[in-house]
Amino acid sequence: MRRFSFIVAMILLTAAFCFGVDTCVECHSQLSEKRVSAPVSGMREDVHGRLGLSCADCHGGDRTVGMKEADPSLAMNPAKGFLGVPKPAQVPRFCARCHASLEYMRKYNPTIPTDQYSQYLTSVHGQRNQKGDSKVATCVSCHGVHSIRPSTDTRSPVYHANVPQTCGKCHSDPEYMKGYGLPTDQLAQYKEGVHGELLLQKGDNPAPACNNCHGNHGAFPPGVSSISHACGQCHAKSSENFDQSPHRDAFAMLGLPQCAACHSNHKILRPTDDFLGLGKDAICSNCHDAQSKGGRAALAMRRLIENAKVKIGIADAVVTRAEKVGREVSDARFDITEAENSLVEARSMVHAFNTAKLQEVTTKGEVVCDQAIKLARAAMVDLTYKREMLGIFALIVLVTAIALYLKIRQIEERQKAKG
Amino acid sequence: MRNFRKILYVWLEERVPLQDIGHFFAKKRVPQHLHTLWYYLGGITLFLFCIQVVTGILLLLYYRPTAEGAFESVQFIMTQVRFGWLIRSIHSWCANLLILSAFVHMFSAFLMKAYRKPRELTWITGFFLLVLAMGFGFSGYLLPWNELAFFATRVGTDIAGVIPFAGKFLLTFLRGGDDVTGATLTRFFGFHVAVLPVLAMTFLALHLILIQIQGMSVPPSIEKSPKRKPDMPFFPNFVLRDIIGWLLALFLLTAMASLFPWELGRKADPFASAPVGIKPEWYFMFMFQTLKYIPSKILFLEGEVVGIFAFGLGAFLGLLIPFLDRRSARGEKSRLFTAIGIAVIAYIVVFTLLAVFVKAT
Repeated sequence: MRRFSFIVAMILLTAAFCFGVDTCVECHSQLSEKRVSAPVSGMREDVHGRLGLSCADCHGGDRTVGMKEADPSLAMNPAKGFLGVPKPAQVPRFCARCHASLEYMRKYNPTIPTDQYSQYLTSVHGQRNQKGDSKVATCVSCHGVHSIRPSTDTRSPVYHANVPQTCGKCHSDPEYMKGYGLPTDQLAQYKEGVHGELLLQKGDNPAPACNNCHGNHGAFPPGVSSISHACGQCHAKSSENFDQSPHRDAFAMLGLPQCAACHSNHKILRPTDDFLGLGKDAICSNCHDAQSKGGRAALAMRRLIENAKVKIGIADAVVTRAEKVGREVSDARFDITEAENSLVEARSMVHAFNTAKLQEVTTKGEVVCDQAIKLARAAMVDLTYKREMLGIFALIVLVTAIALYLKIRQIEERQKAKG
Repeated sequence: MRNFRKILYVWLEERVPLQDIGHFFAKKRVPQHLHTLWYYLGGITLFLFCIQVVTGILLLLYYRPTAEGAFESVQFIMTQVRFGWLIRSIHSWCANLLILSAFVHMFSAFLMKAYRKPRELTWITGFFLLVLAMGFGFSGYLLPWNELAFFATRVGTDIAGVIPFAGKFLLTFLRGGDDVTGATLTRFFGFHVAVLPVLAMTFLALHLILIQIQGMSVPPSIEKSPKRKPDMPFFPNFVLRDIIGWLLALFLLTAMASLFPWELGRKADPFASAPVGIKPEWYFMFMFQTLKYIPSKILFLEGEVVGIFAFGLGAFLGLLIPFLDRRSARGEKSRLFTAIGIAVIAYIVVFTLLAVFVKAT
């Protein structure tokens, strides 16, 4: 078999020389051993291959020689820079030769970042890789090899919605992760949480994947005191409110992981108003009871939120009624939208754990609700007036009909008298 | 002034036989008997039709027949246009009263055997007028482009789509595409304000001319009775009574519009799921309810197809009644057709009530 492969390689090398083509590609593509032929087929889809780069651009060697001599070792000559297959520990540096050089990379994409390697060196993966751990992720673990696609390509393992599965490939494998002392249920938990539901089930791409909180090339678990900043990348207002809350210092003192202390880390459930207060599903009750100051504040805040919801419900019912009968109440509908925005703001304000501040926001919403109700009722009063007038007209018609009936009787009596 | 009227009369008389027309109406008499009351239903239906024409033209001044503008234009009519709410409410209520009155008129004519010779053509033109009125109702229902109308039209046109052979063509023809869209709205608008009015006016003119030529029909049971009351003069006795009928119809119409102003509902959203309890207008409900009760398969045929075929056949036989009821044509009593008429009325009433009061499952 090997002898056959060698003969084929010789024939192809000769042919490649005659036609001036890439000898690496020509030779490897025809070899029967998949291990050595697969890279060639993968390169057809590879972003590097599409940009005109070939095997020798990464692996070194000389793609123009070896034909005349019928000797593949001339092309794969270490003296001509041939590097062969890099070992896991060498992979980051291997890729970084180009990807860390802005001078080189800007030829292909002037806005491409070139700090992936320096970031990687600060990551847990990078640090362990430097220490010789061959199991930790390197560039190819996530991006693939010889069929690397840009992260904007939905088929790429680093496409945003594919990231959880890519990370999970190692992190969900208990056998592979043995010895690292890490849990392996993060992916399962993430899928159960609201972020996983949005990204993986509903295809809502702005929803975060693993890298949005942990970083990608510099992947690192966020520290206890920096979690709110990670969450705050998206939940800016809630994060800002939390930073002004009494919980920030208390959590730091107790070593509690900020947002994750109440919302968990990977299995972040869709928040509901039931989280607030001291009810069955309330998170506040994990630390506070009804007698404590915190417990009373939680109850008061919940009451404010519930009142705001009730008020919006009433306003919506009144405005909907007016709309259904065809009254022009677009201003009132706009007010309700504003009240709903206030409720969203109030829910975010809950993270400041300041009842007075929360009340300011809910009151703002209630005022616009009152305004909407007033507008809708005025529109309905106008309709009632018109209906009453129409009712009076109907009665006039009825009276006229009765009068006409009496007139007919009078006419007919006169006709009878005349015979 | 008197001189001017005289000059005008003479001028007209030279061109139009006014004297003959006047003489015709002065001489015209209307039969008086136990069932005279039913004669007024025709006049009331005509009066309601006139209201529909006037209010329809007024609505036309502001209505925009596009998916983007229809709902908003009706809302504009109801909120911004002076008396727009009244015109729209009257137009909607009047449509329903008109169909009710046409149904009652048709069944009273049926039970009084008014279709018998020589009034076969009056019956046929009247029958077409009722079908046209239902066509007006079906096409007009969609025009405000609200949620209920949108989905009811989708269901209604779906039913037309199951007709064998012609169903697919009929569905596409009615909808102007595969689904109910803005194209359907434009099409229904065209039917409602152009095609149907032309047909209705033609049949109405024929219907009225035939009535004037042939006079009112007297039920066979009364026709030969020796105790028959003398006929009443058309003018002023019958005309004034007719006006009472119109005034009562106007009273009912305004009272309904005042007590239950016609609602606008929510704007149709073709991408939303259909709300629960979608039902057609009440005058289609007996058919809708029947189709619900028919099993999905009858022998090797689709139940729905059998139902639609049965309705088509029923309507066709209804049209041909004057030629089927031979006894009435000879002036004899026709108990079988009376029984059929009562059974059909009972069926329509019961199934309509079932549709209204039985909750959708």
